Amino acid sequence: MSRLASDHTYSPIIFEQGQEGRGSRYVESGGAPTGFLPPEALRADLPLPDNSELDVVRHFTRLSARTFGIDLGFYPLGSCTMKYNPRVNDAMAELPALRDLHPWTPDDLAQGALQIMWELERSLCSLFGMAAFSLNPSAGAHAELTALLIAKKYFKDRGERQRGTVIVPDTAHGTNPASAAMCGFKVLSLRSDARGRVSVDELKNVLGADTAVCMMTNPNTLGLFEDHIHEIARAVHEAGGLMYYDGANANALMGNARPGDMGFDLMHLNLHKTFTIPHGGGGAGHGPVGVAAHLVEYLPIPYVRARAKAGADPNAAPSDRMEFRLDFDLPHSVGPVRSFWSNFAHAVRALAYIYANGAEGLAKVSQLAVLNANYLRVRVRDFLETPYDEICRHEFVASAQDLKRETGVKALDLAKALLDRGFMAPTIYFPLIVAESLMIEPTETESKETLDEFVAALREIVSLAKSDPGKILAAPEHTVVGRLDETRAARQPDLRWYPHPATA
Amino acid sequence: MYTPHTPRDIAQMLATVGVNSLDDLVRVPDAVALRERLDLVPALPEAGIVKRFEHFARKNVGASYISFLGGGSYRHYTPPAIASLAMRGEFLTSYTPYQAEVSQGYLQAIYEWQTYVCLLTGLDIANASVYDGATALAEATIMSIHANGRKRALVSRAVNPNYRAVLQTYCDGLDVELDEIPVTANGTTDLAALQALVAGGSYACVALQSPNFFGNIDVPDAAAQSAIAASGTVSIAVVAEAIALAVLATPASWGAQIAVGEGQSFGVATAYGGPYLGFMATTKEHMRRIPGRLVGKTVDAGGNEAYVLTLQAREQHIRRERATSNICTNQAHCALIATIYLALLGKTGLQDVASANLKRSRELAASVASLQGCALEFDAPFFNEVVVNVGRPAGEVLDRLKGRGILGGIDLGRFYPEYANFILMTATELTSAGDIKALHAALNEVLDVPARV
Ligand SMILES: Cc1ncc(COP(=O)(O)O)c(C=O)c1O
Repeated sequence: MSRLASDHTYSPIIFEQGQEGRGSRYVESGGAPTGFLPPEALRADLPLPDNSELDVVRHFTRLSARTFGIDLGFYPLGSCTMKYNPRVNDAMAELPALRDLHPWTPDDLAQGALQIMWELERSLCSLFGMAAFSLNPSAGAHAELTALLIAKKYFKDRGERQRGTVIVPDTAHGTNPASAAMCGFKVLSLRSDARGRVSVDELKNVLGADTAVCMMTNPNTLGLFEDHIHEIARAVHEAGGLMYYDGANANALMGNARPGDMGFDLMHLNLHKTFTIPHGGGGAGHGPVGVAAHLVEYLPIPYVRARAKAGADPNAAPSDRMEFRLDFDLPHSVGPVRSFWSNFAHAVRALAYIYANGAEGLAKVSQLAVLNANYLRVRVRDFLETPYDEICRHEFVASAQDLKRETGVKALDLAKALLDRGFMAPTIYFPLIVAESLMIEPTETESKETLDEFVAALREIVSLAKSDPGKILAAPEHTVVGRLDETRAARQPDLRWYPHPATA
Repeated sequence: MYTPHTPRDIAQMLATVGVNSLDDLVRVPDAVALRERLDLVPALPEAGIVKRFEHFARKNVGASYISFLGGGSYRHYTPPAIASLAMRGEFLTSYTPYQAEVSQGYLQAIYEWQTYVCLLTGLDIANASVYDGATALAEATIMSIHANGRKRALVSRAVNPNYRAVLQTYCDGLDVELDEIPVTANGTTDLAALQALVAGGSYACVALQSPNFFGNIDVPDAAAQSAIAASGTVSIAVVAEAIALAVLATPASWGAQIAVGEGQSFGVATAYGGPYLGFMATTKEHMRRIPGRLVGKTVDAGGNEAYVLTLQAREQHIRRERATSNICTNQAHCALIATIYLALLGKTGLQDVASANLKRSRELAASVASLQGCALEFDAPFFNEVVVNVGRPAGEVLDRLKGRGILGGIDLGRFYPEYANFILMTATELTSAGDIKALHAALNEVLDVPARV
């Protein structure tokens, strides 16, 4: 029997369910469109299925049962900070006056929303040592683009258009070079040194009059703190360039150290990593971009401004003594980067998380994230290579290279075997500089028991790889489908359902 | 908060790691150590958090006003089944479905979303989503530039001003010149001007929005379509009010090679501007230029049908600076909400919503037009928004409506200096007859007052 036939979570594609006229009535029809619009403006047909509500509820409930989230189990996906997503945050985002507020609502009638944005912005500024944050960008990559647009405009205004090169370490995430290219910058990739860090000497060799921005993650994607960051920042600044902090790894230092104090001029945060916004199967995220004082005037519009409110209760909380507005009038702004002001519902979630912790709580969060990562590291190195074996920060990178040589079992195979044992796989084959890499980030919300279970499972897999590699190469066996034919997916792209079997 | 460690756990784990304290784990060189005390909002217990946010919510007075706001964000009825399904933890707390074997459900939902977008737009290929309508337009422009190598872009002035401003921001980054097509006195794109502009063959693309920012149906006629095609310009359709797709001629039917827009209307809350849902569809010809995630159907080792992220060679994690786009995180969960919305409503339900919008907005238009001192500015066919000329500065009229508990619409003078007396008003299926009556009465009062000069 095929897996599908035996699987009660299977649901055929929605387009092959339903019958015309079966749908539920949600709103009163206004009558035939021909009564309102000329026939040439109208479409011929609307080929969508009509389904009963029960069928739709079953369909998506079944699809959910075929999807693995943090709520189901451990999710050690490196660089993604898959920590628990507190439910109270969702409940706050669902408060009707927050959820249903229209973005064109005049400022004086949207003071609560603006206050949330302002409190979040001020908190982020203090936590990361920046003069200002824009809450506009929708995700990390969007923020990188925004920041590089800021850099581009800054250099243009200074008459330094020749600064056309963005430097990224070879451990950088793919979005860094891709964002640079979208702003017309040339990308220069910098080889990491034997310690997995940016080499100050190598960096100095490439710095010059064409240097625009040096983009770094700290700790970097190997989970290692760039301990020469002070010298690096000084060298870049002396060359006339700007320092950019990719905040994807901010969970490693939040409340304990600040990019601003390290000399970064620009940065972003992935609130959907560090600040518990659910990733929702790929997004939406929220990627505020922070700037040092000399770049504030370039921030995208609009920006939330506050001023003292006349006649406010002197005993009220500081932000309750203020009034807020959206400022669209920033003469040097790079312009807007999105349709409306921010992924506001996510700003609500992030601020609720900050309230739940306060400054001390957030510092503790990152300390425990680092503790969990180091605990896993020293336990995993008993049976897997850890090429950079020193105190790591919030994540570490292991390698299956020796194992592969010995047994033929690769990082990918280990990942699939973990799926069979009820764990999400780590990030694999990233960063690019470690062969057969497994990038493991436990986050602080996991208990020692969970980490121990994970270690036991991984140890068992590695030992099985040595005794009976075929077992691991065949994984996963207990998931709803087995390994996929990805080559076929790419060679014969089937990207949508067709009403009639394709004739090609 | 949300950390499970007992003091005993911490002690044991520190011992295993071989360090003495948590501080030792996070220490940084003195030169970059924390320079000041952090100044954050205070820590609150959960009950206190709820109180605080309820306080914020009460200050959003405008949320309970009678509203005729639209302009790129629309209030629509959302069946409760959407939230109960979309908020299931399996969906909500998953990451991008890299490990397909444990992500089949989400992957299938995205494949269904891609199909819905194709069926609605009449095009062949759709991606999993981009950030929002504005960035979708920017991405479509970049696709066009990659397709024909031209470094200029053309956009109608009737396209949502926010979208145009964002497009300008992106064009500045790419050193692409952006030009605008003027609008006729009837509130639609000047198609003669369009033909003249594209004739030189210097534009990578031309973007028209329908319904346009004024609510009017705005598509190229046959002559403009052939001029666009003959000049090798990529035709981009922009849709800011996705409900209109249920009734209007598809972008593909009028020659669009790329259709982009905002999917917020499909069950996603207005939420003061986000998160929303940028959608993108195109022809097979442009398949390898489309940005973002694509889900494809394939088989597993046992021959079972299965879904997987595919054509990843376009993407930043493989191609880095040569990727079609930098996008990584997208708006997957909003796309899931939209997919559930479309599945629930189906053909019949979606047509009901669209026709209710047509009907309500005409009732609104008739009511307002019957007032002395108010006139409908354009008489082009429209979807659910109308432009009302109030004969005096729109901002002033809107302010006074506000004083009467009504958000009357958008002051077009903010974006079009020559339209300073015009208000963009929207009615959806949620606009009641009572709302329209209240607006009528309030406008009557407001306009009775002689305008300040
Ligand atoms: C190190 C790093 N930089 C940047 C990004 C991009 O962020 P986003 O996915 O929010 O666009 C990621 C996310 O995966 C990342 O891990």
